[in-house]
Amino acid sequence: MLMPAANQAQMARRSEFLSALRAIVPGEGVIDDHAALAAYECDGLMAYRQRPLAVVLPESVQQVSRVLAYCHSVGLNVVPRGAGTSLSGGALPLADGIVLGLGKFNRILEIDYDNRCVVVQPCVTNVAVTDAVASEGFYYAPDPSSQIICSIGGNIAENSGGVHCLKYGMTSNNLLGLELVLIDGTIMRLGGKHLDPAALDLLGLVCGSEGLLCVVTEATVRILRTPETQRALLLGFREVESAGACVAAVIAAGVVPAAMEIMDRIAIHAAEAFVHVGYPLDVEALLLIELDGVEEEVDYLIDIVRQIGTQCGSVSTRTSSSEQQRKSFWAGRKAAFPAMGKISPDFYCVDGTIPRRELPHVLRTIGALSASYGLRVANVFHAGDGNLHPLILYDADRAGELERAEELGAAILKLCVEVGGVLTGEHGVGVEKRDLMDVQFKQADLDQQQRLKCAFDDCGLLNPGKVFPRLHRCAEMGRMHVHRGALRFADIERL
Amino acid sequence: MTVPDIWSPTDAGEVAAAVNDALASGQTLELLGGGSRRRLGRPVDADVLLDLSLISGIVSYQAEELVLVVAPATPLAEIRTELEHKNQHLAFEPPAFGPLWGDTSASGTIGGAIMIGRGGARRLTAGGARDHVLGVKGVNGFGEAFAAGGRVVKNVTGFDLSKLVTGSFGTLCAVTELTLKVLPRPADAATLVIFGLDDEAAVVAMRQALNLLPVQVSSAAHLPAAVAPASTIKAIADPGVAATLLRIEGFGPSVTARLANLKSALADVGPCVTLDAKASATVWSEVSDATFFAAGVAPLWRLSVPPARGAVLGARLAQQLECRHYYDLAGGAIWLETSAADDAHALAIRGALQEVVAGDGHATLMRASDDVRRSTPPFQPLTPVVADLTERVRRNFDPRRIFNPGRMYA
Repeated sequence: MLMPAANQAQMARRSEFLSALRAIVPGEGVIDDHAALAAYECDGLMAYRQRPLAVVLPESVQQVSRVLAYCHSVGLNVVPRGAGTSLSGGALPLADGIVLGLGKFNRILEIDYDNRCVVVQPCVTNVAVTDAVASEGFYYAPDPSSQIICSIGGNIAENSGGVHCLKYGMTSNNLLGLELVLIDGTIMRLGGKHLDPAALDLLGLVCGSEGLLCVVTEATVRILRTPETQRALLLGFREVESAGACVAAVIAAGVVPAAMEIMDRIAIHAAEAFVHVGYPLDVEALLLIELDGVEEEVDYLIDIVRQIGTQCGSVSTRTSSSEQQRKSFWAGRKAAFPAMGKISPDFYCVDGTIPRRELPHVLRTIGALSASYGLRVANVFHAGDGNLHPLILYDADRAGELERAEELGAAILKLCVEVGGVLTGEHGVGVEKRDLMDVQFKQADLDQQQRLKCAFDDCGLLNPGKVFPRLHRCAEMGRMHVHRGALRFADIERL
Repeated sequence: MTVPDIWSPTDAGEVAAAVNDALASGQTLELLGGGSRRRLGRPVDADVLLDLSLISGIVSYQAEELVLVVAPATPLAEIRTELEHKNQHLAFEPPAFGPLWGDTSASGTIGGAIMIGRGGARRLTAGGARDHVLGVKGVNGFGEAFAAGGRVVKNVTGFDLSKLVTGSFGTLCAVTELTLKVLPRPADAATLVIFGLDDEAAVVAMRQALNLLPVQVSSAAHLPAAVAPASTIKAIADPGVAATLLRIEGFGPSVTARLANLKSALADVGPCVTLDAKASATVWSEVSDATFFAAGVAPLWRLSVPPARGAVLGARLAQQLECRHYYDLAGGAIWLETSAADDAHALAIRGALQEVVAGDGHATLMRASDDVRRSTPPFQPLTPVVADLTERVRRNFDPRRIFNPGRMYA
């Protein structure tokens, strides 16, 4: 992956920048020590590393505002960072830019049960929101797999999902309000505790903008009543096709389960070896379906779904009869990623969405690609919403394997787009999928997105090198009939 | 005023050509589908009426993928019928506002519903229009055809322009195609009606129903005594007292169980009756479409506030103004019909809003004469920084302001 060339003139002004930043964020809020910067050199996409010019850790929105205004005045690049768990390199630093770490914004500001919402600072972890309201019978619905460590601010940047989004929505569907800061230091509020925007839905645009538009300093999120009952079904199938057909049949019957997850044979075996929860090992696909609601509803739906499973040819059916058993059904699925670590030195998690009907074709093609690249692929799949997570197994110590894994990942994502899907369902574009954006979008589509970037950040200082394969000058973007003048990354250097 | 030319493109290519013609000749465009929502927002004075009514029809419908692709002028009635064949629906319950101006002939087009961006009573729990638009194709004010979003239900690739276009009142682009998320239609429904509560008690009861009970209420509204008699459901209208409505939807056994839970928990609150699925559907479409105020000429407002503050604001307005009002979204939305005034009482209403909820809410003028909507901003005036950013965003879609000029802000 190629990042924009570092601006040497900016690098040369480092000490000037540092003293100005220290005047805004005193004490230990500015990190420039080479060793200490190493902690910030990558996010969850660990194949890419770059030490930033400095890390700035503001404590107040006023400091954020002044830091951004300063960066704007001197043309200094800014990479915002929450917990640093992005799987697409969204928080990958730049050599000629600062990392703006929001780690000190870690307080829950208000719990408002009357309006069913919680006001948090951006570096409160996802699970902390649920933890804070669980005793009153509430929870925060989006639950990305990194929920123990990932931050709400990061969730907003990526519009994170999780296993329950078909029924309960992604981050954007559970976000009511924001306080944010623009690159010129302007502080503003969008939304609040009311529903629906007053005018244009800027809140909806900011959510999922991957740190390219603004820095979020406060968020109001919706909380929901915890369902009274949750039960799960574990259905084994001899064919992946049958598992896919079962998911379609459940939806066709009018049932929207809280979660529907499919694992393929490699994933089943790896998970079972890791957690020993009694997954059947003689099936090609395992379908985990969770139903939630009042007890009468869950009991009723369990029967319906079990019958559909039988009609679709399930060869093994288990129904959870206790909370402990439900959790054991999930244990294998939730351990799928660490389980890969047991059977392979490294793995690379791909994230694309497909129309579900294409599942058999896509899995067959992934199998063929896997064979031709000589790398094993395990598949876990948020089946309800078609979000596929192929896990490519490789060994970074073997020359060329990382590159091959990346090429295979790109081939899989192109396949997702070919069958009518998209490049990313929940992990974001970041640097990882940046150069594939042309596969999904035409130039005019990308131009319109970049114009929005210009409306927020006309100098392109916020998180450059992410999301868009080419940078355009905003003045040119705003002109009529401008299709030339793309400022390609001419002087690229390898990270 | 001169009568504008009418251009009627028949496909997306002709829409792009029309926009480019307008750019070349320096003309502005009023975008029109079915026209049933034309009197929302500020009146538009454009050179040309861009009639999009021929850009109509269902492009593809994959029920098992929960994805519907439609041309913008497809009538909502056609979409409803098609979805009903597969027991699905648009969960955000797009309201039909035609009856507000006495037009009951049509429920409008999907394009109009998405451009005004409002949800009906189920918006409380199922999300609004914004939450069900997966993708958009359109022509921007640079004359370029573009696409955003995708055709699958889960997608975070690139900026979420679909949300921005939703609710933009045609001021960003001419939409040529919409991809929507559809969902299974509830098999059964019931509504518990509690009689005789005042506004404050009603908001508390609605909050209780949402917060404390394992009942999963999907909608919650309160019709004060001045509005309840306007319902066509006799059980609500006849007592002549306030009616608080709580809707439960789902599979039969689930609805039965939750209704029992709801009744037992709210037994002491007041006398109540239960509406069956059919009556339930009728009254919730009345709530969503504000038909209690149908065919009137008096100014009509819709206020959006934190739900728990609804009754405080409602009481204040009722004291200050000659008005009728009711609450939707558990108190989070107030529909308010006032007496006539030059500014439709905007100063009083927005003043009270500011006092009660500070900046956390907005008041939209939903019905008033053209003159009033020209002189009084129908949309809540934005703070200067948000107004600046909004204008920059708009300009980056439509730099020459050719689409629906002035429809949202003068």
